[in-house]
Amino acid sequence: MNETYRALAEFAQTWGLLYFVGIFLCVLAYALSPRRKAQFEDAARMPLRED
Amino acid sequence: MAEAVAPKKSLWAKHAFLEKNSIWLVIGILLVVAIGGLVEIVPLFYLKSTIEKVSGIRPWTPLELAGRNIYVREGCYNCHSQMVRPLRDEVERYGHYSLAAESMYDRPFQWGSKRTGPDLARVGNKYSDEWQRQHLADPRSVVPGSIMPGYPFLAQTPLKTYEVADDMKVNAVLGVPYSEAMVTEALADLRAQANPDADADGLKERYPGAQQRDFDGNPKLLSEADALIAYLQALGTMVDFKLYDDKANIR
Amino acid sequence: MTQLQSSAGRGSGATEPGVDQSGKKMTFGEGGLAFVFAVLALSCITVAAKTHDAAYAFHAYLSAFASLAAVFVILNRYVDRPAALPALEIDGKPNYNFGPVKFATIAAMFWGIAGFLVGVIIAFQLAFPWLNLDLPWTAFGRLRPLHTSAVIFAFGGNVLIGTSFYVVQRTSRARLAGYLAPWFVVLGYNFFIVIAGTGYLLGITQGKEYAEPEWYADLWLTVVWVTYLLVFLATLWRRREPHIYVANWFYLAFIVTIAMLHLGNNATIPVSVFSPKSYIVWAGVQDAMVQWWYGHNAVGFFLTAGFLAIMYYFIPKRADRPVYSYRLSIIHFWALIFIYIWAGPHHLHYTALPDWAQTLGMTFSIILWMPSWGGMINGLMTLSGAWDKLRTDPVLRMMVVSVAFYGMSTFEGPMMSVKAVNSLSHYTDWTIGHVHSGALGWVAYISFGAIYCLVPWLWQKRELYSLRLVNWHFWISTIGIVFYISAMWVAGILQGLMWRAYTSLGFLEYSFIETVEAMHPFYIIRAVGGVLFLIGGLIMAFNLIMTIRQPDLAEAGTGVPNPSLVPAE
Repeated sequence: MNETYRALAEFAQTWGLLYFVGIFLCVLAYALSPRRKAQFEDAARMPLRED
Repeated sequence: MAEAVAPKKSLWAKHAFLEKNSIWLVIGILLVVAIGGLVEIVPLFYLKSTIEKVSGIRPWTPLELAGRNIYVREGCYNCHSQMVRPLRDEVERYGHYSLAAESMYDRPFQWGSKRTGPDLARVGNKYSDEWQRQHLADPRSVVPGSIMPGYPFLAQTPLKTYEVADDMKVNAVLGVPYSEAMVTEALADLRAQANPDADADGLKERYPGAQQRDFDGNPKLLSEADALIAYLQALGTMVDFKLYDDKANIR
Repeated sequence: MTQLQSSAGRGSGATEPGVDQSGKKMTFGEGGLAFVFAVLALSCITVAAKTHDAAYAFHAYLSAFASLAAVFVILNRYVDRPAALPALEIDGKPNYNFGPVKFATIAAMFWGIAGFLVGVIIAFQLAFPWLNLDLPWTAFGRLRPLHTSAVIFAFGGNVLIGTSFYVVQRTSRARLAGYLAPWFVVLGYNFFIVIAGTGYLLGITQGKEYAEPEWYADLWLTVVWVTYLLVFLATLWRRREPHIYVANWFYLAFIVTIAMLHLGNNATIPVSVFSPKSYIVWAGVQDAMVQWWYGHNAVGFFLTAGFLAIMYYFIPKRADRPVYSYRLSIIHFWALIFIYIWAGPHHLHYTALPDWAQTLGMTFSIILWMPSWGGMINGLMTLSGAWDKLRTDPVLRMMVVSVAFYGMSTFEGPMMSVKAVNSLSHYTDWTIGHVHSGALGWVAYISFGAIYCLVPWLWQKRELYSLRLVNWHFWISTIGIVFYISAMWVAGILQGLMWRAYTSLGFLEYSFIETVEAMHPFYIIRAVGGVLFLIGGLIMAFNLIMTIRQPDLAEAGTGVPNPSLVPAE
């Protein structure tokens, strides 16, 4: 039991952490990239457009 | 859909696929939400502490199972937990903390989430049958401050027994160790357990420690109260904690 | 606007003269669905005839009756409709289908009041237990699931289905996909509610919190839910906007994840087709983990993600300004759905669930605080520069206060998930208070706001019948919420402390029943809070009925109103 716990904890503290940080960075890069600023600003106005 | 707008030339714009293509969005969502559940649930089927077998624990007898189904039907779990936590006051109030193995045959589990009334994990043999009968029929006649609903109809309603063998069959398919003999003898065992004069050798051999008596105090009727009280009186009584080695399975 | 009236929701009206019916053909959907319902009706009658269980037979007859009604409605609708199905666009403008949205809006209001009422009844039962009447179908244990299901799934579910069908059409600038499918979703979902609710009263339950409906209701819901997903997706595929607006992301996450959770937590084997009873494939610890993986994410994806979608559409729309930061909304989305799914084990602290799982659940619950507050800030800051609107527009005020309540509950939640706090709070009324600060303050208020916006838009009215009544609703129900949650906080903490109190000699100081008796005054205050909240709901229903009965915008002949209040077309 202790062995399983230590192995799991070790995995979580290394690869798990890297994985989370990786995903978070991807999301940040996607959301904050200056290239998509205009696109996002346009998207934000979608509810306000009337047809 | 997206064809309406000229596609952007930049390579970066391809990353907008998540936002433009709903299928990728769905797949992305599924990937993200699936992992948490997998990591938390799958190991529970392999770890020793969650699948350990503790001596004394047996599947519910047919009568107890029928009683358990009444417990579920009436929604007792809305106010009563069946999970003693390893905290000093709980252990002193209710008894030894609950083991994973003690609910290993429970479908569904009834740990509960609220204690409007006390925990019932170890209520078995704590009160007499007479007390349980009286308390179910009119809670405030034995506990004046109680806010529990009365269930006088249980003692008057005949227990439905036509399905109990099928109930056990399904449980056996799902992995509860009900043997073939247990299923074929289901009805006989059920009746024997509620009748102090019946021959219960088979019952006690198949379900060691099963208590046999007329739980509802009315020999004329095999009632729902018989089943429910049989279940309550069995709760938390299967493990002998004088023998249980709690160091062997530290959670 | 006229085509909206004729194409949406009035399908089974009388044939109008001049409707072109030449060369009309029954679609595959119409014929197939009518056939499926006919077969279903026959099967239900067979089951009803063979089962031993009276309650189950009642459900089977009810289903047979509903199936036959469905066959009739489908055929009748076919006979009356013109040869061509409703156009996707008329004069270059989308021909929106708002019939199902209207139905869901009314259903939400109806179930909301029913759910609040049952809540008030069970609150009084806890204060005055004779109200249980000693009957099976009026006892707390059966009514409490009726209350939770009515408010979460019936009220909340109809709000979510209705608003999602509205928002996905408006932000895609496309007509809702499917001809019968959207109606199948709203009517099928509400039929599920009826089966579930009557089942609880008759003692048909799985005994899993917030997942009480038995196997056949679950199966039916699965069919409805898959159709819901397909209608939603197919509408997105039709869109004329290049992007999928972020509210739709949240709706999509809600629909997809609820499907996954529903299947996982309701994996049961029925005893037989002729029995309402089933047994879950998971047992004991595994069942507990699956249940709270489901239970917590029903909060995360049903009561949070879905209603955040409402926040991301209706607050900008009502305030007439874009969301504060669209980028933040994207980060909010991914962070929220990723982290939420891990938090379930905090419902099982100190239980027989392994420690590592509890720790994992606690850690993620604390991290969850950040995306939650990110979302809250995004919602609140949308008002920046327009805070004065809160003074004049009680509908917007209601929605903004709901976001504030969201912030409060999502702070309290992580705090309660810390094991040390949880050892005190768990099993007490503190949990009930926490749930209701989220349910009444956040979910109900954002829903009320959305419905107040939707009704004039859908029924082509210039404005609500009375903004003063909205104001009354707001204040009465806010006082109700304050009564409710403060009573439950005090009750819960008091109860937790009494359970663990020791005398100087080292004995437990209070018997359990003494802690029950100490709850009495708080249970009364809570029930009064509930009554106030119910009164608010009744005021709202009255206001909405009067709004619908007002003359139409076109008939009233007024000029162009405030752009944010322009109705559907």
